Amino acid sequence: MNGQKVSYTMDSTLESVDSAEQAASRIATELGFAEEEIMQISMAVREASVNAVLHGNAYDPGKKVIVEFDHTGGSLIITIKDQGKGLDPAKIPDPLAPENLMNTSGRGIFLIRSFMDDVTILPTANGTEIKLTKHVHGGAAGAKEASQ
Amino acid sequence: MSMKISTRQVDGVTILDCSGRITLGEGSIVLRDAIREILSKGNKKILVNLGDVNYIDSSGIGELVSAFTTVKNQGGELKLLNLTKKVHDLLQITKLYTVFDVKDDEAAAVKAFK
Repeated sequence: MNGQKVSYTMDSTLESVDSAEQAASRIATELGFAEEEIMQISMAVREASVNAVLHGNAYDPGKKVIVEFDHTGGSLIITIKDQGKGLDPAKIPDPLAPENLMNTSGRGIFLIRSFMDDVTILPTANGTEIKLTKHVHGGAAGAKEASQ
Repeated sequence: MSMKISTRQVDGVTILDCSGRITLGEGSIVLRDAIREILSKGNKKILVNLGDVNYIDSSGIGELVSAFTTVKNQGGELKLLNLTKKVHDLLQITKLYTVFDVKDDEAAAVKAFK
């Protein structure tokens, strides 16, 4: 998919979360990312999709989640958009702070930031857009395509 | 693969053999229900064997934290057994590895309960 963009429009369901995760895993594999990186990318997409479905769209059947995969310039860029009330990144508590360590939620964005090279959260007029970037390390990504 | 749990008793300790994925939805609910059922029977020494758990998301991590706190609040103990590398790494980066009592050997883990 070098230079191409793939976009999925999904319902606000847990099945969509699984589908987004599987698509991320498949695309990262096709691009030749290492096994560890594939796990990181697919988990970041899962966490972002959960946020979109659960916290953004709140399972509203009238709202959609859009997941886009773009492989350009040696990076995989994944954008996940919801149509929810918007997420203020500044209000996300630090899950590593001692007072939050035993919280039962609130680790999703932290894991996404841990697994991806660059994460941008953009509150928009009609929802939230989160952009996840994973750079090619060691020339692995694209190797499979180049060999075909 | 969805989450499956089977339970067994060893020297007064209830061991939960978990397999599959602990994720938002069914996986987390299965674990929550299993812990609740064990506690309702008066069993408060719980060893959660995660040796066959190949995937856990932030919701699953939250469910483990919830289980740990629930058992502790009822005067019990919950320990984790046989973490896969993925789960181990997740607990490390979330700083929860030192919160949980993590064991590698089942017999030693059973003996470690007070």
